[in-house]
Amino acid sequence: MNEATSAGVQRRSLDDAPVRVVSARANLRTRLRNLWSRRELLTSLVSSDIRIKYKNSALGIFWSMLSPALTLGIYDLVFSVITKNGYPNFALYLFSGLVVWNMFQNAVNMATGVIVDRAGLVKKVSFPREILALANVGAAVVYFAIQLGVLCLFMLALGRSPAWSFLWILPISFITLYLLTASVAIVMSAVTVYLRDMRHLMEVLLQLWFWLSPVVYSYQNTIALRLHDHGVTWVYFLNPVTLIIITFQRIFYVKTTVLSTVAPHPPLQILPTWNMSTFFYANASLLALVVVIFLGSLMIFGRLEGNFESEL
Amino acid sequence: MTTVIDVENISKQFKIHHERNQSLKERLLHPKSGSTEIFNALSDISFQVSANETVGILGHNGSGKSTLLKCICGVLQPTTGQIRLRGSLAALLELGAGFQTELSGRDNVYLYGAMLGLSKRNVDAIFDDIVAFSEIEQFIDTQVKFYSSGMYVRLAFAVAVNVDPDILVVDEVLAVGDERFQAKCIDRIRTFQEEGRSILLVTHQADQVRALCDRAIVLDGGLMVANGPVQESLRIFREHLLEDAVELDRTGARAEISIDSVTTPSGSFDVKSGAGIHFDVQMTSHAAYSGNFMMEIFTRGGLLVSRSDAQGSPVNLKPGLNSVGVYLPQIPLLDGVYDVNVGIVDHHGTVMAWREQAASIQVAYSGREGGIVEMGASITQQ
Repeated sequence: MNEATSAGVQRRSLDDAPVRVVSARANLRTRLRNLWSRRELLTSLVSSDIRIKYKNSALGIFWSMLSPALTLGIYDLVFSVITKNGYPNFALYLFSGLVVWNMFQNAVNMATGVIVDRAGLVKKVSFPREILALANVGAAVVYFAIQLGVLCLFMLALGRSPAWSFLWILPISFITLYLLTASVAIVMSAVTVYLRDMRHLMEVLLQLWFWLSPVVYSYQNTIALRLHDHGVTWVYFLNPVTLIIITFQRIFYVKTTVLSTVAPHPPLQILPTWNMSTFFYANASLLALVVVIFLGSLMIFGRLEGNFESEL
Repeated sequence: MTTVIDVENISKQFKIHHERNQSLKERLLHPKSGSTEIFNALSDISFQVSANETVGILGHNGSGKSTLLKCICGVLQPTTGQIRLRGSLAALLELGAGFQTELSGRDNVYLYGAMLGLSKRNVDAIFDDIVAFSEIEQFIDTQVKFYSSGMYVRLAFAVAVNVDPDILVVDEVLAVGDERFQAKCIDRIRTFQEEGRSILLVTHQADQVRALCDRAIVLDGGLMVANGPVQESLRIFREHLLEDAVELDRTGARAEISIDSVTTPSGSFDVKSGAGIHFDVQMTSHAAYSGNFMMEIFTRGGLLVSRSDAQGSPVNLKPGLNSVGVYLPQIPLLDGVYDVNVGIVDHHGTVMAWREQAASIQVAYSGREGGIVEMGASITQQ
């Protein structure tokens, strides 16, 4: 018992205590305020998620570096060594895009079944349910940070530096990535309650989504010209992850045009040659769009959560 | 008095799927298959709970009491109406619902604390109290999956009662743990009451309501059928329980019995301590029935003084009016008013007829002893 109560029988007056209202449907503002007021729970859940994931493995959280490194090795082997795409420092190119993709995929994969898996908690304890999905996103952010750290070390080892003048766009791009990931995670966690197949479907959809994103290939060097000829460049950018990945690649891979490592060493245009302000405006408008998507995802979640208890 | 819980016209409806078509294929192929029925779990419930009040919620299975509690805790949103809460609330709907079995007891205390709305620093401050209350010091760093079920619930209860809530909501969780731990929990609830907190208690046990609550609410089929003093609510609760028992009885073999009145030959319910009293219990039975007669005597404070039944010598009721005599040769009670409940139970102990507060006896005592029972102690120096 803490001091406030053991000090005396007289309790503090509740007359001034804030009134909370439980009613049929909370509006968006209340939802956001509830989420913000439970941020401590979010950090608690993130840390327990991470601890549980690596609880009984010998290498522990080291796996969050090891497993993407192995993936990276496989893609590098396939695309650079076997099919000889000719991109110099292909591992670095891959890595810059993979950190983004890994965060998105990790979070969405985990969050898709989270409400169903934790039905016991959802049915018995009161808290904003979105927090469960957001905790998965939070854990993914931690792995993302670790991988970003490894990426920096990797660049140091290669003796490369990032595009310093573009670096300030990175936070914008990251917030966009966070909100986008959170939106998809929140919606999927709720939809899976009604359609349990989503869990399996999502695995396939995420694979498709991965190949639609320029992680292991270069958009500029492959389909950009063809799309441009038909005047439908925008189609490719309908995938919001694309711009984020290209921004990360621009910052960490730096070079837009390189010489192929395969003889006769023709020049390859790997990344768009946009200038800094184009990158900024593109990222800023995507951020604005994603903020709207995020608020929309909270509203969708709010609609869907009303009937959770009869579905779980 | 400040109102801490204000329930305004709450209704809750559930959609019940008669055929669970949760797979995508099922939904695409048979979008309209399976019927959906609307089930009213709660209908237009309104009541208030003030600070420093302990309210019991009674109702049998399916009466909506858990749904009501979940709405108050915010686990469910009511379909219509709203609930206004003042102050912090800790809910014990299911002990250990938030536990992650892979984590240690220590980690779970912090996680559960966060779920109940505490910051890490808050939990730090009460951590030792929690561990002491739960009595599992040596296992606090063991993964919870290795806990016995008793340890599990003790830890969960310890967290909830140590979080210093203004409102504590308890759903039938007091039935866990061994007797000693239960006594400890009841004790903690009494401390809560003394500290002026509000408690909402859901239980099946009438004794617990009598012992702890200031007021009781009775739910039946999603409707609030009583909201008032404990004695009155318990009477209504038992009556509703009986009605349902009769409705359930499809064979018609079970007799319908009603207890009409309890009288004394003199007409007076005043009795001197140590004297005897004779009750005449009038009952109407719709069929011949053989069962046990049961009587309970309570203090006005809700303490059970005595429960007696005519075990082994059943009363045989004939159709129509019946009279049963009860003789208490010597009432060893001290000054006060005592309530008498009478009823008929079958040989399994199922209540067939019941009358709560069928009579109240006024005991007069002129001696110097205090309490409930006259022990007749004599003190001599040796």
